[in-house]
Amino acid sequence: MSRMLLEVKDLFAGYGPTEVLHGLSMQIEEGSITTLLGANGAGKTTTLRALSKMIKVRGQVLFDGHAIEGKATEDIVRLGVAHVPDGRGTFGSLSTEENLQLGSYTRKDKHEVALDQEKMYTYFPRLKERRNQQAGTLSGGEQQMLAIARALMLRPRLLLLDEPSFGLAPLIVREIFDIMQTINQTDKVTILLVEQNAAMALDLANYAYLLETGKLVLSGLSKDLKQDEAVRRSYLGH
Amino acid sequence: METFFHQVVAGIATGGVYASLALALVMIYQSTHHINFAQGEIAMFATYMAWTLINAGVSYWLAFMCTILLSFSLGVLIQRIIIRPVENAPVLNIVVVFIGLLVILNSIAGWVFTYTIKAFPSPFPKEPPFGLYFISSHELGSIGVTLVLLFLLYSFFKFTPLGLAMRAAAQNPDSSRLVGIRVGWMLALGWGLAAAIGSVAGMMIAPVVFLEPNMMSGILLYAFAAALVGGIDSPGGAVLGGFIVGILENILGAYVIGTELKLSVALVLIIVVLTIKPAGLFGKVIVSRV
Amino acid sequence: MSSNLPSAENSIPWIRIVVGLIAACVLPFFISNYHVFQASMVLSYAIALVGMNILIGYSGQISLGHGAFLAIGAYTSAILMDKMDIPYWMTIPIAAFVCLVVGFLFGLPALRLEGHYLALATFALAVALPQLLKFKHLEFLTGGVQGIVIMKPDPPWQTLFGLKLNSDRWLYFFTLAVTVVMFVIVWNLIRGRVGRALIAIRDQPIAAASMGINTPMYKSLAFGVSAMFTGVAGALSAILVAFVAPDSFTVFLSITLLVGMVIGGVTSLPGALYGAIFIQFIPNIADQISKAAPWAIYGTMLILFMYTMPTGIAGALRLLGEKFGPTRS
Repeated sequence: MSRMLLEVKDLFAGYGPTEVLHGLSMQIEEGSITTLLGANGAGKTTTLRALSKMIKVRGQVLFDGHAIEGKATEDIVRLGVAHVPDGRGTFGSLSTEENLQLGSYTRKDKHEVALDQEKMYTYFPRLKERRNQQAGTLSGGEQQMLAIARALMLRPRLLLLDEPSFGLAPLIVREIFDIMQTINQTDKVTILLVEQNAAMALDLANYAYLLETGKLVLSGLSKDLKQDEAVRRSYLGH
Repeated sequence: METFFHQVVAGIATGGVYASLALALVMIYQSTHHINFAQGEIAMFATYMAWTLINAGVSYWLAFMCTILLSFSLGVLIQRIIIRPVENAPVLNIVVVFIGLLVILNSIAGWVFTYTIKAFPSPFPKEPPFGLYFISSHELGSIGVTLVLLFLLYSFFKFTPLGLAMRAAAQNPDSSRLVGIRVGWMLALGWGLAAAIGSVAGMMIAPVVFLEPNMMSGILLYAFAAALVGGIDSPGGAVLGGFIVGILENILGAYVIGTELKLSVALVLIIVVLTIKPAGLFGKVIVSRV
Repeated sequence: MSSNLPSAENSIPWIRIVVGLIAACVLPFFISNYHVFQASMVLSYAIALVGMNILIGYSGQISLGHGAFLAIGAYTSAILMDKMDIPYWMTIPIAAFVCLVVGFLFGLPALRLEGHYLALATFALAVALPQLLKFKHLEFLTGGVQGIVIMKPDPPWQTLFGLKLNSDRWLYFFTLAVTVVMFVIVWNLIRGRVGRALIAIRDQPIAAASMGINTPMYKSLAFGVSAMFTGVAGALSAILVAFVAPDSFTVFLSITLLVGMVIGGVTSLPGALYGAIFIQFIPNIADQISKAAPWAIYGTMLILFMYTMPTGIAGALRLLGEKFGPTRS
């Protein structure tokens, strides 16, 4: 019986006067890959932003048993939650390697950090080629890889990924999804993946949640959701 | 020909002071998009602190170091206490707060130290260095101090994790939070450094212009011009701009318009840059998407 | 200084204005000559602050250098009176015109950029100006460091309705008349097309431009008009003080105007009066503590007001009036 790394109870969040999430509850099992699906505007990105406290929230969020809904982003990061935001969030004027160094900013174990950096270069050889290049000049796919690598430099226990496939060619997306599989199985990183590409997400993930206008309408094993009539029609196209 | 060379060299010396102040302005601008109108007064206040220490019998270089530390703390305090409440207020409100700060510092200095002009010592000997005729020891020393300062800052930002974190926080506060950087403290740190840099500039120029509460207003104007010429979001540009403005001021003052209209030169320079190339030599042109 | 203020100019409080004017007319006969002079200065400051109101409150641009236009207005008036024997009352419209043109021309390049850049450019103007006024090649005109001394004009009549009319009192009424005229002008400007265009530019600059409002032109015009108002105030002050000199027009004068505007309240005509009273009388009171004290007070007020009362006294009064006044359906 696996423990729940993340437990969310009745989460409300929004932007200013507009509430986007209306009482969200979910559990993320440690070691799993969970995907959050939904159409544009359903609130998927808002959910991730709420979890890393980029926006104000109401409700309860427990990470590894600790309440984090009252903590600031910088402190949540230090607990081991890494968030790759939509739009990548790379530091454009800094070099690739500087971006990676920032990922390990909160870590004190210099030797391990150096090892992790080498590991990132093995996962993403293209980044190694461009290690001194300005991050803003990297291609979309490379910036996505850099964003993920930077998040991994934290040695996170939980990785929040916001639409990694967005705007990328299918081959690159395949590469990135393969890496996610690897880091989940080899490095034991729990992943919460927000995706529009429902087909690929359901193939990768163990569990899935379906969000519609700020409310969860369906949840379960991803293989079950793949068979679900409504999901197939609306999100899988058959 | 000799005087020309001397003017250029003197221009480099004062240019170093402008470059330092311009750098302080750019540092704050990069991280907050605010122009620190009070930068000159902070530097002036710091110089008075140094004067107090020296008058109390502290040796020059010890007073110099203490002043840098005190100014750093002052900068951090100002950011945390006075600036933070209006961080996200409309631009006009922020400008008013900066002016308020300028005025308070100026009046406290006037009240505590009076408006009588005071002499400020130079740590460098009075005789010209190595018998050279075109440069004084203070000018050479001033250039040296400026270069050391700039080198230390460059190394800090380029090679230390904290420097990297500050650069990141200035560029992209949201992503910085996502890697655990405490952006608020990075801003305070930026202010502390800017104040410290300003104190060095003040201590280098005070022996030349003498210490009084209004000593920095003209110099601040030149620093503004320098920052604009170089590009208000480019540290390297600000430094280069400082030296350019320093040399320009001296050459124009000696050969073209006389020394009485020097401030108008700064004014014209500012207007010209803002009109023709607001991004300066090395700054980025901000295109706002509608 | 919020830009989302309700326009308080929709209904003219006739009673308050008439009462105020009567009180203003009666005032000089009950107080000493020096106080009459101070009252005149308050009025002239009020005109200057109205000028700044137009710029900052209505077109959302900031000037840290309006003291320069006080100087230009004052020097224009002084030079005309001293060197060309032009009567004092004629110097006012001339000074107004000069400042309108200079302000507009300064505005053209400076206003293409936003917020703090204009603040920077006007700050530079304020800092550089005294040096310019002392420039020895202009001394034949400006009187250099010593400035220009003017003769205080005599009143045209010795008595008014049986009451004695001396120089100070006459100048007070003159200033009052000019103030009323200027307030009427600004009232019409704000209510008319120009005012609406300015508010549009201030609140939604992109929409305004796409609606065909020639933004740069209006912005420069706003700057020119605000300079004109301040120039009139400057000319009046030259006549009242009977003296102009470069060191009266330092950057601190511009900051004084800013203080008056912040305290009184932006986008408000009554605010201009509150602010003017503040900047005229605080130095008088605080000076006794120390030469530096007024400025320490100014600085603290600036900061505190930005934290707590960004709309100034006028704005705060208006908010109180809305809270506790008669309920409207």
